[in-house]
Amino acid sequence: MNTLKKLLTGFVWACATLGYTVASADSVKIGFVTTLTTPAGVIGQDMVDAVNLAIEDIGGKMGDLDVELMVEDDGFKPEIGKQKTDKLVKQDDVDFVAGFIWSHVLLASQKSALDAGKFLISSNAGPSQLAGELCHENFFSTSWQNDQTPMAMGEVLNQQGVKSLYIMAPNYAAGKNMVAGVERTFQGKVLGKDMTKWGADAQLDFSAELAKAKASGAEGIFVFYPGKAGGAFIKQYQQAGLQGQIPLYSVFTVDSIALPKLQEANMEGVLGSRMTQFWVPDLDNPQNKKFVSGFKKKYGRYPSFYAAQSYDTIFLIKRAVEAVNGNLDDKDGMRAAMMKADFPSVRGKFTYGNNHMPIQNFYLREVVKDEDGVWTTKTVSTVYENHQDTYAQDCKM
Amino acid sequence: MDWNLLLTQFLNGLQLGLLLFLLASGLTLIFGIMDFINLAHGSFYMVGAYFCATLTLLTGSFVLALLMSVAGVFVVGLVIEASIVRRLYQHDHLDQVLVTFGLILCFDTLVHLIWGPEGMAIPLPRLLDGQITVGSLVFPTYRVIIIVSGLLVAIGLYVLVMKTRLGMLIRAGASNRVMVSALGVNINRLFMIVFALGAALAGLSGLLIAPITEASIGMGNEIIILAFVVVIVGGIGSIKGAFFSAVLIGLIDTMGRSYLDDFLKLFMSIQNAETAAPALSAMLIYILMAVILAVRPQGLFPPAGAR
Repeated sequence: MNTLKKLLTGFVWACATLGYTVASADSVKIGFVTTLTTPAGVIGQDMVDAVNLAIEDIGGKMGDLDVELMVEDDGFKPEIGKQKTDKLVKQDDVDFVAGFIWSHVLLASQKSALDAGKFLISSNAGPSQLAGELCHENFFSTSWQNDQTPMAMGEVLNQQGVKSLYIMAPNYAAGKNMVAGVERTFQGKVLGKDMTKWGADAQLDFSAELAKAKASGAEGIFVFYPGKAGGAFIKQYQQAGLQGQIPLYSVFTVDSIALPKLQEANMEGVLGSRMTQFWVPDLDNPQNKKFVSGFKKKYGRYPSFYAAQSYDTIFLIKRAVEAVNGNLDDKDGMRAAMMKADFPSVRGKFTYGNNHMPIQNFYLREVVKDEDGVWTTKTVSTVYENHQDTYAQDCKM
Repeated sequence: MDWNLLLTQFLNGLQLGLLLFLLASGLTLIFGIMDFINLAHGSFYMVGAYFCATLTLLTGSFVLALLMSVAGVFVVGLVIEASIVRRLYQHDHLDQVLVTFGLILCFDTLVHLIWGPEGMAIPLPRLLDGQITVGSLVFPTYRVIIIVSGLLVAIGLYVLVMKTRLGMLIRAGASNRVMVSALGVNINRLFMIVFALGAALAGLSGLLIAPITEASIGMGNEIIILAFVVVIVGGIGSIKGAFFSAVLIGLIDTMGRSYLDDFLKLFMSIQNAETAAPALSAMLIYILMAVILAVRPQGLFPPAGAR
């Protein structure tokens, strides 16, 4: 009886282990945390669309392994983002946790993924903490550090001879980084600053702030309003008649998510407005051409920078998995492969700094009509070449 | 002191207050007369905005779409009242909260299914999209339209409530519901009309803000909290109270956002003031509510004879 029991247990154990190894060797599991509900859900949708396109473009395979994608909705809330990350790490036992639009959500979730020994890849958020003192060997970014884009904008403002500025941004982790970034490089005077309420119940009516900006007499207004708030801001800026009076300089506000709706509402004032960014749809490299034309063909619209970063995320992971021939336990091998940053990126060639943030170019881009009359952005000039974020020096890696 | 800026901010505050009034007037009637807590009132605000966005695109006329949408939300209000809300009058507040919270989820999902997740912009006619200049004061035309229509509706409601038979019944209902039905008034029909009227006003409020902020899913869920604050500060069931407290709250919110950081800078470091001001200005209205509840729990203008 006893032997039979032993045999049975042994058999069950063997099956279980065998089943487990087969499953884990057959696929690479990627957890993707983004926002799919609330008005910001449109950003998350753009990212998921790009991820699906990337998986389709690589034939659903990384080396010999199948790609298994698990998308989770953070509801624009840090606590939910953390719960979903915990679920991906503990229940689904994913190999990579990626995504994250919002800096505060990423900051709340990072520990869950990193403590479990998983790779964490930010497809958008670039909070200063993770670039500096909280930097981690298993954290990589396919986007930028928050301060970099507004720093480039500060340089542009200096070049254009803007002497005074009014600043508006949402009151959360990334908003503070954006303001710090532009203040670091802008040499003129900051005449006023408003940090507005953010989150699922963000402030969308900026009447009081716009009136203050106008009364301040500043030569320019700098804003950071990602997603839906961007469209709302541009509309009110134009309705308030500020267009001819205070030129608008923005980061992450006028993108291919806001532009179709601005076009729908005939907000022609946005044509010609300029912003800085690490990527533009017209960047001349083979991977970007493949991505932009593939995305337009599949979804009938221009991809946003969120989509570009998400597309890169899949190719970065693919590079890591192929470097170790699908042996997902070889973390050191995968890390070394990702460090090289030699996967085909939509931004062209770049390198990783010691904190695993990209060292990359930043461009000035302008809103134009394309040949079909659709509003998009095109490259004007290169503001920074191979720019590294300032927090890298605080990272002990 | 920049008087021009002060006047502009006053108008901005008035505009916000009037939008809140449109939303809160229906809420206070439903709460006061029917003793019904309708968390889903914000859903009518959202539905109004989506109706108007769709109809503007179909008809090409914002004004026409506005009128059709208000009528449309009135009908939605009638249907919801007859099919769901009517069964809840006899239940306690907790049941009402549960069911109307469920309604919010249903409305949000339904809007997601019909219109998709990305929200809708409402294009304004050129005439409304510019600015009005009076002396050195420049103010967006559309916000003037909101102020004017808000005031017109307030006057209309005043006439309806104070000068008509329906209004008399509404006032009587707010003061003593049991007595009104004991006098042989068809209370069911009165409730139905009040509910649909409240829904239509909420829809009007939502479609008026949509050209500024876009129609989006869940847009009513945050502002409904503010609307409840308006109702409580003004006195439950009182239109007059809703009007004054809505304008008061609109002004406090706008003025807080405009001047609080300058004010705090007088006795704080610039950096501390910049961090504290946004947090404090978001709290101001709730502080006001707490004070009112402490010193005058029945609200500023409770309806005559209300218990």
